[in-house]
Amino acid sequence: MSDLCFHCGLDCEKEAVFFDDKNFCCNGCKTVYEIFSENDLTSYYDLEKSPGTTPNLIAGKYDFLNNQEIVESLLEFNDDSIQIVNLYIPTIHCSSCIWVLENLHRLHPNVKNAQVDFPKKTIRVTFTSQDFSLKNLVLILASIGYEPKINLENKNTEKGNVDRSIFYKLGIAGFAFGNIMFLSFPEYFEVSEFWLDHYKPFFRWIMFAFSLPVVFYAASDYFIAAYKGLTSKILNIDVPIALGIAVLFIRSCYEIISGTGQGFFDSLSGLVFFLLIGKFFQQKTYSYLSFERSYKSYFPIGVTVLKENNQEESIQVQDVKKGDRILIRNEEIIPVDSILIKGNAYIDYSFVTGESEIVKKVSGDKIFAGGKQTRNVIEIEAVNTVSQSYLTQLWSNEAFKKESAKNFKNVTDQISKYFTVVILLIAFLSLFYWLWRDASQAIYVFTAILIIACPCALALSAPFTLGNLLRIFGKKGFYLKDGNVIEKIAKIDTVIFDKTGTITTPKKNAIIYEGVSLNPAEEKLLKSTLRGSNHPLSRQLYSILKSNDILTLDEFQEISGKGLLARIKDQKIKIGSSNFVTNKQHKEVDKTSVYISTNDSYKGRYVFYNKYRKGVSKLFSKLSKKYELVILSGDNTSEKENLRKLLPRNTKLLFNQQPVDKLLYIKHHQQEGAKIVMIGDGLNDAGALKQSDVGIAVSENVNIFSPACDAILDANKITEIDKYFKACKNAMLTIKASFILSFVYNIIGLSFAVTGHLSPVVAAILMPLSSISIVVFTTLSTNYFSRKLK
Amino acid sequence: MSVIYLLLSISILVAIIFFVAFISAVKSGQYDDSYTPSIRMLFEDELKKEPNTTDNNKQ
Repeated sequence: MSDLCFHCGLDCEKEAVFFDDKNFCCNGCKTVYEIFSENDLTSYYDLEKSPGTTPNLIAGKYDFLNNQEIVESLLEFNDDSIQIVNLYIPTIHCSSCIWVLENLHRLHPNVKNAQVDFPKKTIRVTFTSQDFSLKNLVLILASIGYEPKINLENKNTEKGNVDRSIFYKLGIAGFAFGNIMFLSFPEYFEVSEFWLDHYKPFFRWIMFAFSLPVVFYAASDYFIAAYKGLTSKILNIDVPIALGIAVLFIRSCYEIISGTGQGFFDSLSGLVFFLLIGKFFQQKTYSYLSFERSYKSYFPIGVTVLKENNQEESIQVQDVKKGDRILIRNEEIIPVDSILIKGNAYIDYSFVTGESEIVKKVSGDKIFAGGKQTRNVIEIEAVNTVSQSYLTQLWSNEAFKKESAKNFKNVTDQISKYFTVVILLIAFLSLFYWLWRDASQAIYVFTAILIIACPCALALSAPFTLGNLLRIFGKKGFYLKDGNVIEKIAKIDTVIFDKTGTITTPKKNAIIYEGVSLNPAEEKLLKSTLRGSNHPLSRQLYSILKSNDILTLDEFQEISGKGLLARIKDQKIKIGSSNFVTNKQHKEVDKTSVYISTNDSYKGRYVFYNKYRKGVSKLFSKLSKKYELVILSGDNTSEKENLRKLLPRNTKLLFNQQPVDKLLYIKHHQQEGAKIVMIGDGLNDAGALKQSDVGIAVSENVNIFSPACDAILDANKITEIDKYFKACKNAMLTIKASFILSFVYNIIGLSFAVTGHLSPVVAAILMPLSSISIVVFTTLSTNYFSRKLK
Repeated sequence: MSVIYLLLSISILVAIIFFVAFISAVKSGQYDDSYTPSIRMLFEDELKKEPNTTDNNKQ
């Protein structure tokens, strides 16, 4: 235990730094500890054990904050001396984080106030701008391991425009409901007492007053939705609701004006209150996750451009023009398609393709936007603007323009079409019947039917079932955009997977040695040689070889693009590509491999295979029973054989798929009637995720990045996905069962109404009873069938 | 006799005061983040304790 880092809790391994009786895994962690102890902030470590994050600050990364225009667009408030900024910090994860960030003023006197919003992972800092700037603030945050994420999407968003109307409406409906209920009690119990009778009209008019804001404000959404539905010729669930509310109100008004009864104000406000609770329950989503991200949330906000006289200048990324020379530092994203001018580029395209292997480029090579430079500083020349780059062009595809939510008809609306027709039919039939039998009762029965048929329980079934399942999924690591996604998942028949990063693990490759085994001396030599090389494959190979003594080489040479050459005494070794080591082209060129020869005799090769996630094979065989399975990979066919062995025979495998190909593939099959769920990561799947019926983004860290999608899945949970699909289907069954339950309540209510016996007290009991029993039923059953989810 | 009018108006007035308090609480953003304040209020003790312990060490 003791060799875990005191600051970040990672294993210290060999390079431990010992300071102040404590172990640190690196100098970065030690420095943060020093900063905290100097400023009396060591309570940080008392609140939680090893709460820290290793700071990973790269010099010059925030130079773009020197640009006043950019700073201006980020600030929430800017007076001459006081500035307020809201920053998103993904590393906020525990109470220690909150504590230290809210004590930021102790680190710098210019910071006046800092407030953390934990669910959103944001910090709002008020600071004085005298001899201080946003850049200083960001650097302080980064130096203690809380590096804010600043990108194009941060700009000019969310400036105090939060929609809180649901709270107001809920408050009004609840307030009115409670008060009206108490005021109507005397009449419910039919106490004929002199004073009560005397004050009846007074009580009734107070109830009327309370019901006004409920009908005209709290319930306004239902009237608007019903009107919109009718104008587009859809009988949605809001139509019978709005009709019910309107009839309730009008009849109640008539009753109190004519003095014939107390009206249904109690049921009216209760109905609106319960409906709004359902709405609120479904509306609550994950505030810290964004399902609408485009490349903008991933790209940097400013870049360093080199002017003619080699002067560095920070400009906004959308101002980059064709021909601009851009300076890219370690860990920076390439913002535009460009040509490498100076330096060696080691590009990590893992966000774009999911492929973790670092690509080496030399000057003159073309570099696509979206890659991340991983070592030294390079200079590139833009050949496009940001929005016209190869990758970002995907976002101008029509799939990103259409609003898919509008075309979707959820299960409640589907059933409400028939429901509304049937109710109207019953209402009119009984109207005519009573007109013929007893005309004075006719209008009374007619309105009673419309009141009791108001589908409160029906309207609550779906929100509570889906809302509860959404919550359960969220706890397990499967985050859905909204309840409709569950309905869509229940309908799918085709599952499409991306390969790299989705069904393979991102970091680890399986490395297998083929050939004559090496003797211990050769192994030592191999390891010692690899140590000197910075090539990505060398680093990977080096890390898996068992640690031996490192020998000093007598001769070492790295030939770019070919391999390594080394010698100790009379032992020579060659490591690298097949024609460098063996002087002949090997047949299986598409497999990534490193060849070894010692003393000019070929020994063997290390082959790098993708490593598949545990349980992928089992998952596919389970899914193949119910769904059609497809793999769309952007990679070459090198893994085809391997996948064939691993996956069920009827799985379709498609390789060399460009981002647009993936999108078109899905579109084509949708036109043939397939309901498709796409499971992918990386920006190259963004088009496919958007086009598919349900796009699920797989993410190693849900807080960091995922492209626009309907759902975000924690990468560790991918093998559980069949269970999530099953749970969605069960949810639909639950909704259908609760529909039946609510029909039963409606039939009971109708039997009162049709025979002309609907009194306010019956309505006041039946309405809440049906609503509450639906809520209990849906909650219990969703909890029951999702208990097996991991 | 007409005391019931008075009582009712007072009770409704009290109810409305609480209702207005709720609305203004929502408006000021108290319900935007329902998690962080619950943690934050535990910190105050932590802060006060710290100087005390250092003082003790000095004595």
